[in-house]
Amino acid sequence: MNRYMVPLGIFIILVIFLGIGLSLDPRYVPSPLINKPAPAFTLPQLNDPQTMVSPTDFKGKVWLLNVWASWCTACRQEHPLLMALAGTGEVDILGLNYKDKADDAKPWLRQLGDPYTVIAADTDGRVGIDWGVYGVPETFVIDKQGIIRLKHVGPLTADKLQQNILPLVRKLKSEPE
Amino acid sequence: MKRLVFAVFCCWVLSVQAAVEVYSFANSAQEQRYKKLISELRCLVCQNQNLADSNADLAKDLRRQIHEMLLKGADDKQVVAYMVARYGDFVLYRPPFKLSTALLWIGPFLILVFGILILIIFIRRQGHKAVTELSEQEHARARQLLDGNDDSL
Repeated sequence: MNRYMVPLGIFIILVIFLGIGLSLDPRYVPSPLINKPAPAFTLPQLNDPQTMVSPTDFKGKVWLLNVWASWCTACRQEHPLLMALAGTGEVDILGLNYKDKADDAKPWLRQLGDPYTVIAADTDGRVGIDWGVYGVPETFVIDKQGIIRLKHVGPLTADKLQQNILPLVRKLKSEPE
Repeated sequence: MKRLVFAVFCCWVLSVQAAVEVYSFANSAQEQRYKKLISELRCLVCQNQNLADSNADLAKDLRRQIHEMLLKGADDKQVVAYMVARYGDFVLYRPPFKLSTALLWIGPFLILVFGILILIIFIRRQGHKAVTELSEQEHARARQLLDGNDDSL
């Protein structure tokens, strides 16, 4: 009996570790930007290139930064959620149009709807690098002091939105400036 | 035939080269530093490639960024710090030793020590196995078998 227990025990431990390994998302990279000030930028607006947009425009507000592009299929997937969120008017969403062409991005929005309060055009992706973007779409929650409080990589899901992002937004909104 | 193969091979090499951007540097030392940096930094899109090998758009942008920083006179530490500030220790193929990476660094040695311990226990057990004494009857039977005059076969 005993001679089977040791290999069996080792086998079970291996299974547990491999199981944990399988359930982890290897694409998830913890961001060093959490609890750090949102990187500054000044970019032209997608819909009005003469006007600039900057994170400081949202000072004193809780807001989301959503990185998207017309070439990104997963962005299409999360788009209805963003539209619904914009419909509630609960939180401002700054869209960072990442490495995209205005001629592609604008028709995309006309077709699917525009959930964004304002859209910054990051044509060459430099602002994306400053924000540590590596997998579009990405969504950040920024508090009233301009500190990044949450980052979500990949398409938003209804669960993630309802259980993590919106409760956090409500909590941050109730905090003093 | 050989010449043809060689020519085709040259074309292939050239086409592979063409996929990589051409950067100019102030001097060869700077170019060496650039090559070393992009080989030691990890691409976040195709995670098992370094920046030098990756063809992902982000890797191209990061190579451009590193090139620009080097031209502006940034030293290696500044470039690495720049990358870590944005993407975390994950971008380093040789992460610094700290609490969150401790297991990564010591893990293999722990497993080695664990393995040696098991080996020692195993060997000791083998040595301590009690030698079973044969009875008078079994001795007689063994002798019979060895002598080759076993009638039972």
